[in-house]
Amino acid sequence: MRLRLEARAQPARIMLWLSPVLAAVLSVIGISVLFWVLGRDPLQALQILFISPLSSIDGLAELGLKATPLLLCAIGIAIGCRADVWNIGAEGQFTLGAICGAVVALRFGGNDAWWLIPAELLAGIAGGAAWAAIPALLKTRFNAHEILTTLMLTYVAIQLLSYLVHGPLQDPQGYGFPQSKQFEADAMLPMLIPDTRLHIGALFALASVPLGSLLLGRTLMGFRIRVVGLAPGAARYAGFSRNGIIWFCLLLSGGLAGLAGICEVAGPDGQLTPVISPGYGFAAIIVAFLGRLNPVGILFASLLLALLYLGGEGLQLSMQLPIAVTGTVQGMLLFFLLGADVLINYRVRLRPAHVGAAGHA
Amino acid sequence: MREFTLVVAILVATLRAATPLMLAGIGELVTERSGVLNLGVEGMMLMGASVGFIGTVTSGSVVIGLLMAMLAGAATALVFGVLTLSLMANQVACGLALTIFGTGFSALIGAHYLGMPLPGLALSLWPNLSTASPLLHQAMLVDPLVLVAVATPFLVYRFLHRTRAGLILRAVGESHDVAHALGYSVLRIRYLAVLFGGGMSGLAGAYLSLAYTPMWAENMVAGRGWIALGLVVFSTWKPFWLALGACLFGFVTIAQFQAEGLGLQVSPALLAMLPYLATIVVLVLISRDTVRLKLNAPAALGKPFHVTA
Repeated sequence: MRLRLEARAQPARIMLWLSPVLAAVLSVIGISVLFWVLGRDPLQALQILFISPLSSIDGLAELGLKATPLLLCAIGIAIGCRADVWNIGAEGQFTLGAICGAVVALRFGGNDAWWLIPAELLAGIAGGAAWAAIPALLKTRFNAHEILTTLMLTYVAIQLLSYLVHGPLQDPQGYGFPQSKQFEADAMLPMLIPDTRLHIGALFALASVPLGSLLLGRTLMGFRIRVVGLAPGAARYAGFSRNGIIWFCLLLSGGLAGLAGICEVAGPDGQLTPVISPGYGFAAIIVAFLGRLNPVGILFASLLLALLYLGGEGLQLSMQLPIAVTGTVQGMLLFFLLGADVLINYRVRLRPAHVGAAGHA
Repeated sequence: MREFTLVVAILVATLRAATPLMLAGIGELVTERSGVLNLGVEGMMLMGASVGFIGTVTSGSVVIGLLMAMLAGAATALVFGVLTLSLMANQVACGLALTIFGTGFSALIGAHYLGMPLPGLALSLWPNLSTASPLLHQAMLVDPLVLVAVATPFLVYRFLHRTRAGLILRAVGESHDVAHALGYSVLRIRYLAVLFGGGMSGLAGAYLSLAYTPMWAENMVAGRGWIALGLVVFSTWKPFWLALGACLFGFVTIAQFQAEGLGLQVSPALLAMLPYLATIVVLVLISRDTVRLKLNAPAALGKPFHVTA
């Protein structure tokens, strides 16, 4: 008697939402085993990872702070994935957004100009969108696959940032440290809750959820995106411009990632340093999948991943575990999710099935 | 004589920089020829780099370290295989997950070995020989894995095009339904190809931490896994073209070397961009010819296979 997978006649909608729950449960088990192997008390570690960060106002504010870039990047990535456009270079667009916004902040800061912060944010969006425009051009004009080009441009962006903070943008009074000058107070984003680090960027992130849903569900472009992703043949027959959709998805996700980048730099940090992101752009890919490429789902997924970042920092402080625990757990979560997703299209049977096609191409 | 030494130095440095790309690229080429797209090369290389270093330090033997690195690469590839082949999950998403997981997990297990030296254990053909001749000194930098890397394209070419097993592997990559109808076990062949790719990626990663650098640092593969993936497309899935591409990239990677030789003052960060920019340029050049790409790509690449009978 062997376990067999039998194709479902229709994808199970209930499994679409049960699978992330199943993945989360499996991940908690996996994390416990991991901590046990590392010689730490699993229960105590889980408590530090998931409960402690949520038990204070400060912790909740930090949660919002970390969820903001994840949410902004993931909404863009998800809309692209819906149309089968894989922007996995959000980290690079995030970096370019941070650089462009910071240039505006450093150049015009200190004059108490009312337009400074809007100009910074626009520069950030433009920077991220411009960086994503390169793979869009290469894909539509030369057929170069966006997975590799967006990723290569991420490495280029990180080197560019390193060059800038070691050279043209380096603080002359910074004792040779690779960092820019501190932003003036008027160039920093206003805080939402006093005495915490939660800034107004969180509002943009929250706003992106209903806007993303509206775009996908209630606009012609959203309809085209969904059709291209679900039935490319039908989309071609209907005359939807594939290139137009690629441009739209990449510019949108690049712009959102750029906005996340400038919010991160003008919010908590206040200056450019060689490392401005603990991998938000990559973690956002997990967020997008965990949220089922659906803006509302992504909101919850971004909070979970933000919690993992916070909990990872907590484990580093109180259990002396390397910060890489966060990345390990993130990867594990995505593995379990992708594995559990098999239940959407297949059911597990004990006996061999008798009917069905030989292959699913 | 001085010029000659410089030419040899650049040649050796190019080969050394090309070695990890060649090893990982050839592994991925075989995987893709069987119809599976594993985007997790970067993660598997990191696992190999970290486990290979740990294995060498703890066992005191670089051979054991290399074997453990290949096992680590193959083990992570097995996770990918279970998800994509048995559970039919999306190959692109699983490859990304493999990279994210490998990046995190390699850093987690390697945390205690950060910045640790490898006293007398680094991979080398002539461990205890020292020479006054700079020419000989450069030639001595060629290590056993460089020779392995030079040999692999020939071996893999022979396997793919001159053996029955290679023909079956290519058949599975072109049309899994036909191969299945002929009675070949599509899944078993694909599992083997995925494991081979993982082992080669692990070896490539170990080369970085045991011979090229040699030390362990978080994220030390620095995108080479993704460049290797780009090289597979560049090669249009042909081993010798892949070797050529790897050497080209090796040459670009050591641009710092040439800049110094020419007396140029360029920021190291800007020079470090070159391999990534070169990957993009190469992809653009090769991808614009869609007909050629379609003719050469394995027809079943990235498609899941489900047997019901």
